[in-house]
Amino acid sequence: MATTDPYAPANETSQGRVFTVTGQDWDSLVTGIADEGDDKVVVNMGPQHPSTHGVLRLILELEGETVTEARCGIGYLHTGIEKNMEYRSWTQGVTFATRMDYLSPFYNEMAYCLSVERLLGIEDQIPEQAKIIRVMLMELNRISSHLVAIATGGMEIGALTVMTIGFRERELVLSLFEKITGLRMNHAFIRPGGVAQHLPDGALDDIRDTVALLRKRLPEYAALCNANPIFKARLEGVGHLDLAGCLALGITGPVLRSTGYPWDLRKNQPYSGYDEYDFDVCTWDSMDAYGRFRIRLDEMWESLKIVDQCLARLEGMGAEPVMIADKKIGWPSQLAIGSDGMGNSLEHIKHIMGESMEALIHHFKIVTEGFKVPAGQAYVPIESPRGELAAHVVSDGGTRPFRAHFRDPSFTNLQGTSIMSEGGQVADVIVAIASIDPVMGGVDR
Amino acid sequence: MTDQSNDTSLPALNEETVAPANVVGHRTGMFGVRGSGDTSGYGGLQRSVEMPTGSEPPFGGWYDEVHSALVEAATAAGLPDAVGSVVLDRGELTFHIRREDLQGLVSLLRDEERLRFEFLSGVSGVHYPEDTGKELHAVYHLLSMTHNRRIRLEVTAPDTDPHIPSVTATYPTADWHERETWDMFGIIFDGHPALTRILMPDDWPGHPQRKDYPLGGIPVEYKGATIPPPDQRRSYN
Repeated sequence: MATTDPYAPANETSQGRVFTVTGQDWDSLVTGIADEGDDKVVVNMGPQHPSTHGVLRLILELEGETVTEARCGIGYLHTGIEKNMEYRSWTQGVTFATRMDYLSPFYNEMAYCLSVERLLGIEDQIPEQAKIIRVMLMELNRISSHLVAIATGGMEIGALTVMTIGFRERELVLSLFEKITGLRMNHAFIRPGGVAQHLPDGALDDIRDTVALLRKRLPEYAALCNANPIFKARLEGVGHLDLAGCLALGITGPVLRSTGYPWDLRKNQPYSGYDEYDFDVCTWDSMDAYGRFRIRLDEMWESLKIVDQCLARLEGMGAEPVMIADKKIGWPSQLAIGSDGMGNSLEHIKHIMGESMEALIHHFKIVTEGFKVPAGQAYVPIESPRGELAAHVVSDGGTRPFRAHFRDPSFTNLQGTSIMSEGGQVADVIVAIASIDPVMGGVDR
Repeated sequence: MTDQSNDTSLPALNEETVAPANVVGHRTGMFGVRGSGDTSGYGGLQRSVEMPTGSEPPFGGWYDEVHSALVEAATAAGLPDAVGSVVLDRGELTFHIRREDLQGLVSLLRDEERLRFEFLSGVSGVHYPEDTGKELHAVYHLLSMTHNRRIRLEVTAPDTDPHIPSVTATYPTADWHERETWDMFGIIFDGHPALTRILMPDDWPGHPQRKDYPLGGIPVEYKGATIPPPDQRRSYN
């Protein structure tokens, strides 16, 4: 043994000899294996590894550089969000849901709220402006999420510029979120019954400027990657999965659309008024990582188209309600920017503290107790950047969810790891997983 | 506020429209506390949890097509009792399936031309501790991309015999979903190729999302007051 590591010495187990290599000590592994006279190595990769797309643990069985078996170990980011939601009011549930898939918080909120709204029977009562704001935020979120998918995917294969420009553009979108919701992530902005508040002054102008800037910068990704021979050599034909495989494994989103099947819930089962927008479903027919990359690029353009249409509608509307008119459901308070930052609107405080005792009681009741949701269960799927996202929400008629289960597309799609990478090279495992774009916060919840 | 004190005559219930209640639990009181000297009077409140009850055909629209196709296919396949009650609620169709017939039924659902539910969205467990004899529910959401329809299957198992057949042979995607449901609820999916924990550590005791499993947490001191963990706070129910 060339080096000895006091914390992780090589040792013998019933399954064979265990080596721990951390860099610059590969000799110990190479010489050690040579002694074994066995080509088969089981490599544990992660959960802390810069190329596994988060805290994902991969267990790879290798023969030489060929992967004969690939298995995922997950659960390292399990936070018990679903269990926690059972102990909070229906509105507070949004605050938990938004934290699951941290790259697409608006989708988590939306999936949860749509199910709660169906249980409440108020799907038809959501104000038009709230629906448009929801769609606009989701489509901006799709852009920021796809940018991270492309950026981290690039980084993991060594294309660092793709990473730096990807995060640069994502920052633009996050700044918009901060302006609109007060937070860059974990917004809890979409609530049962509508959205938390109106768009702030000047938000429409900012969004329009950002959309214009994105239109200018998005072609850089195409110029940098689309025909880049190194990029194509790493992605083309890697992570192959056909339509039958996708359906059997429950895989949706860009991976499914890379088989050429135009399945997109925004078109096939429209929600929140998506049928009133003009956009195309992007497909590719190569069934590989390169196709998924191109789909994500194309989808960002389609999202920009939808954002443009939302802007046009919002401009023509003026300030209309963004929360359901039913006072027994709608959040009573309004937020406003004060001299010390975002807080309760002074108008509202004045009303409940100085003018109307009933308003104070109502505020207190709906904030502490919340509203009751009729018993039953609902499942309303939406098209998140990664595929079908839905919350199976069960109510017992009380003020808190009896059960909220999230069908997260990352969790399901990650099952494709084995079939996509077995038989390929170990370096291609990274590309295959990056093309699934799993977000571990959503996988583990 | 309307004055209802003079309104002594409650509207008569039309007994023909009242289906037998599907009671899965009872709630008492209002704040979820016991024995604390609650003098509010709300401690005496009682409420039963009634889930939507079964419906009878015709349901209208495509629901009838799916229902009749499923019943016919099940009968032809020798599973005449597979489909129990059918619940049409809020536009979502739920079939309660006898657990021993689940495997046979899902392959019909996937392959039968009039059904073609080729896509399983997932498996979700629900624990109803007071639903005696069927405490554990496994809920399957199926999607037919061919016909653009969604249905839900619900299968139950008692706590004393928490076994449900695995559907992985028909829907390989159920692999991780069933492992998660085993992990979180302790439902044993018979026939699953490797039913191991997936989110919790391998040696974890218990199944965290069951209702009898505490949320956990410690009291937190905040500005001199002690705040109990969320599952021990006074709360509405």
